[in-house]
Amino acid sequence: MKHVLAILVENKPGALTRISGLFSRRGFNIDNIAVGETMTPGIARMTITVEGSDTIIEQVVKQLHKLVNVLKVSNLSNEPSVMRELMLIKVKAESGSRSDIQQIVETFRGKVVDVSPDSMIIEVTGHDEKLEAIKLLLEHFGIKEIVRTGKVALLRGSKITRESKNGV
Amino acid sequence: MKKKMIKGSAMILKALEKEGVEQIFGFPGGAVLPLYDALYDSTLKHLLVRHEQAAVHAADGYARVTGKTGVVFATSGPGATNLVTGIANAYMDSVPLVLITGQVASHFIGTDAFQEADITGITLPITKHNYLVKDIEDLPAVLSEAFYIASTGRRGPVLIDIAKDVFDSEGYFNYELERHIPGYNPTYTGHAGQISRAVKAIRDARKPVIFGGGGLIRSGAAEPLKQIAETGRIPVILSLMGLGAYPGDGDLFLGMPGMHGSITANYALTEADLIIAAGVRFDDRVTGKLETFARNAKIIHIDIDPAEIGKNVLIDIPIVGDVRLVLEELVRKLKPGHTAKWLKQIASWQEQYPLPDGTGNLNGHLKPQYVIRELSRLSDENTILATDVGQHQMWSAQHYNVRRPNSFLTSGGLGTMGFGFPAAIGARLAAPKSRVICITGDGSFQMNIQELATVVNNKMDITIALINNGFLGMVRQWQDMFYDKRYAHTALKGSPDFVSIAEAYGAKAFRAADSKKATEVIEEAFKLKGPVLIDFVVEPEENVYPMVAPNRPIDEIITGGDY
Repeated sequence: MKHVLAILVENKPGALTRISGLFSRRGFNIDNIAVGETMTPGIARMTITVEGSDTIIEQVVKQLHKLVNVLKVSNLSNEPSVMRELMLIKVKAESGSRSDIQQIVETFRGKVVDVSPDSMIIEVTGHDEKLEAIKLLLEHFGIKEIVRTGKVALLRGSKITRESKNGV
Repeated sequence: MKKKMIKGSAMILKALEKEGVEQIFGFPGGAVLPLYDALYDSTLKHLLVRHEQAAVHAADGYARVTGKTGVVFATSGPGATNLVTGIANAYMDSVPLVLITGQVASHFIGTDAFQEADITGITLPITKHNYLVKDIEDLPAVLSEAFYIASTGRRGPVLIDIAKDVFDSEGYFNYELERHIPGYNPTYTGHAGQISRAVKAIRDARKPVIFGGGGLIRSGAAEPLKQIAETGRIPVILSLMGLGAYPGDGDLFLGMPGMHGSITANYALTEADLIIAAGVRFDDRVTGKLETFARNAKIIHIDIDPAEIGKNVLIDIPIVGDVRLVLEELVRKLKPGHTAKWLKQIASWQEQYPLPDGTGNLNGHLKPQYVIRELSRLSDENTILATDVGQHQMWSAQHYNVRRPNSFLTSGGLGTMGFGFPAAIGARLAAPKSRVICITGDGSFQMNIQELATVVNNKMDITIALINNGFLGMVRQWQDMFYDKRYAHTALKGSPDFVSIAEAYGAKAFRAADSKKATEVIEEAFKLKGPVLIDFVVEPEENVYPMVAPNRPIDEIITGGDY
């Protein structure tokens, strides 16, 4: 099963290496990873999608907690949350196919963000399934390049993921 | 009042004094020249070794004996990379160390400068935490954090890599012993509800065993362990790392479990209805095939590291906390146990399956087990034994009576050949009044043989008992048992005459090739001052038994020929 972990980490040199190193060293499989600043200076938030049984995920969380720079780990898969990923797709687009592509983009509430004589760049955000679906449809026209940000997520409602931790 | 600015190198020595450090182990070099220059005027003691690896193992041995944090200095590049094996060893066995390495000057970092190595990168997976200091402003906080992290929670090595220019930069030395580190908050007190569940489980158990490990030693839990065993009438099994937490000749002691454990210990773990696991990590050398391990037992697992709980074995009652504190809490609530029938069963196993003692079928050869039994018989409670790694290590664990905590130093997790001799050096400095013995092999000893110079130069009273069988014995044993006796590169041809080489360094040395002579030279060596090496020429192809083949159930035991 896939789990989405939110990790608050001190933004110190090597901190991200410690986390990614831990995953490879202990044989945990990272599906995707996104990192960015939080509202608190010096604290970054990583969102890691990891594949594994509940026992493996429990071990992942415990091992992450042992890293001194890690402030908080929460498993967002256990609770209602909003998850999004952004994808940019460069697709072949000759004059004949543009309006067809345009229609697909609108259906998926995406945006055309760049147009050149023989290609377009499309921006689309959402869940895995949505991104996979539009990708599949656009393959028909010829995809030249894809880039994805990795998944980010927030708990629904007023609950937040705070930087406190116990039990190391 | 404005404080005076001081140099980085002076800050380090001040920090060591504040942390109560008395002894440093190290080896100088270019990038740590300013630090060694400051040390020249200091009252701190420094032991110069002959290879940086030995400095770490010596600091490790010192830390195990004293319970204090061991301190190591080394230079950049090769000095730092030579520490790696020692650091990994301390990490696996949860030994508190602070390692201070010099790094090339900050403006050279990243340029492949002379003697530059990314030691924080290299040691990332084998340190509890590490730091690279490029700014004098950061130094005091880093030093106090390092000591705090190394010596609290589940202990371990912390490395501080310091750019050479930082040693000479000046700054203010604001030092706090108790640091608040936001991401670091170990749990010491066990959860009361879980402790109550454990008490109930112990009360209901008919066939309980205590299975204790290194956590008992590190947390100083020997006393509550003894009380629980005696009050509950519960037999005690100790892992290699736990030996000494309960006396080796104590009446409830069943020995070590696992691959070379006693048959009784393995049967008891397999038949038990309750295992009280304290400060252990269920290593594969203990559990054998996981699916069949302790199949009849409920398991209580007490450990300071939550990540150890449920890592290898499913746990019924997890208790995160300091092992000593949790056991003390259990003692307060424990009622006398009714285990007479179980203890009778155990006694009958013990009678039926004694350890093969190496006295039978001598064929004129000296048996290694005999040597270790004699060393044990002739040493006292205060003796500290350091072992190397291999067959002699397992024979030591089986046949040496480890009487008290911190008196048996061995490389448990990493299995580092070359650990024993420098660890004995550390023990020598840690416990000036104790006898120190190093039991080693002809393979292991040659991995740090250069330290003969260190012990001779410092007139250290250490008895080196070299179990010389002319083989990398443990590997040869596996080739014998699992690879059709194809002895690929395990015969150690070309070893030196160990007596002559010890004498060349200036140590005293003896050789014994039969039992009578062996006893005589041990008695003689124990009377002498300074380092003494005894070359025990033993039966070359003796195997360690009992043995459980890797990944087999631990009650499926190969007993060897002595039964």
